[in-house]
Amino acid sequence: MKMNIRDSLVYGSHSILAGVLLFSSATFADQGTRLLATGGASTLEGAGGGGIVPWATLSSYAGKGQFGATVNLSEVAVDDFRLSVQGASVSWNNRIELSYAEQTFDLSTIGGELSQSILGAKVRLAGDLIYGDLPQISVGAQHKKNNDYALPSAVGSQDDSSVDWYVSAAKAWLDGPFHRTWVANLTLRSSKANQLGLLGFGGDKENSRDWLTEASVAAFLNRYWAVGIEYRQKPDNLNFAEEQDWKDLFVAYFPNKHVSVVGAYTDLGSIAGLDDQTGWYLSVQAAF
Amino acid sequence: MRIGVLLAVLLFTPLSIAQNLYQQLGEKEGIETVVEEMLYRVGGDDRIAHHFTDVDIMRVHKLISEQICDVSGGPCDYSGDDMKTSHRNMGVTNADFNALVEHLIAAMEKHDIPVSAQNQLLGLLAPMHGDIVEN
Ligand code: HEM
Repeated sequence: MKMNIRDSLVYGSHSILAGVLLFSSATFADQGTRLLATGGASTLEGAGGGGIVPWATLSSYAGKGQFGATVNLSEVAVDDFRLSVQGASVSWNNRIELSYAEQTFDLSTIGGELSQSILGAKVRLAGDLIYGDLPQISVGAQHKKNNDYALPSAVGSQDDSSVDWYVSAAKAWLDGPFHRTWVANLTLRSSKANQLGLLGFGGDKENSRDWLTEASVAAFLNRYWAVGIEYRQKPDNLNFAEEQDWKDLFVAYFPNKHVSVVGAYTDLGSIAGLDDQTGWYLSVQAAF
Repeated sequence: MRIGVLLAVLLFTPLSIAQNLYQQLGEKEGIETVVEEMLYRVGGDDRIAHHFTDVDIMRVHKLISEQICDVSGGPCDYSGDDMKTSHRNMGVTNADFNALVEHLIAAMEKHDIPVSAQNQLLGLLAPMHGDIVEN
């Protein structure tokens, strides 16, 4: 049957068709059945998404009936801090994603180190990123646990673990403004996490959950390169230092369905009393 | 800010801004070449080639080319069946659809169709997903 179509194309009466005899030796390895870049990148908290915002998309390219997995490494270096993340995720059926991330936060200037583990789950409830009228809608949870609680406790944190809940909607426009493909994601998160949770959960200033807004917009310059911005609202629970919203400006590269690289300029505001924490972000993901 | 806007405009503005989609696709001849390339790739793809086993591929080539000529603003009137009727009971999956889209993109890349024109065509075809895919 393979030759069926090709023979007809080559030997058909059509004059243009008869001309083509270039055998492109395309091979189709077992791979995810979703389109390139729809797996997104990996966030700092392990879930699939942009860099700092989890998206409604599920990581990897696993479509119906398929399993997919990713491993990822991310580094954020701002003036007085450095965050290193090692993460992994598995997805099934373009329906459910489980993720795990280890974060290490190096207090370069102050001295010392903070770290936490994050176990995440995300379920696609409805819609599709690309097809149909509905955006893709997912809900997720992230269970976060501090590995070193001495410092968070000393600065007023109330708990060494907590769960973030979120709901996300994502939509792609294949032929968006400037005839480029655009993707937008909006996430609403209920959280008590101070600086992602690295400074514990809840605080002496405020100890209740906040609803936080997170958003990303990206434009694909071509099939492989995208540029975008992200914004993430943060709670402000601790008296000792103000916590501010995060922003970044990123460039993402998707050379194929197995690798993605994201670089960003980030503005993390004030952290632990040290203002204007800006710097760079780099994340590499391998998908299977 | 103003420099940012200017940069964005420069980055995004297609060079071929004056041409309509049909022209950017290379008119009839360009479209037929791209569709042929796409079907040729489909024929080598074990994931979806089985759908075309007993199909008159020359006819499908003619009809898809005609349809693209039509929707892109060219001087053609699509003469085939609507998408729902022509793909009925075929059991085309979302994965099949994506596979065909990948081959279309590869074919357009090979024939140097500008990204802006690729996106316009994909934007016109993607809404047919609901009529073609049976889950
Ligand atoms: C945007 C996507 C698609 C477009 C624009 C499209 C377009 C067309 C057109 C115009 C025809 C001829 C209609 C007629 O017979 O009057 C056709 C037939 C056909 N299509 Fe599609 N199609 C698409 C996706 C698919 C997919 C994903 C598959 C399966 C993998 C598929 C399989 C077929 C087959 C097997 C026929 C031949 C039917 C027959 O002659 O018995 N199509 N398509």
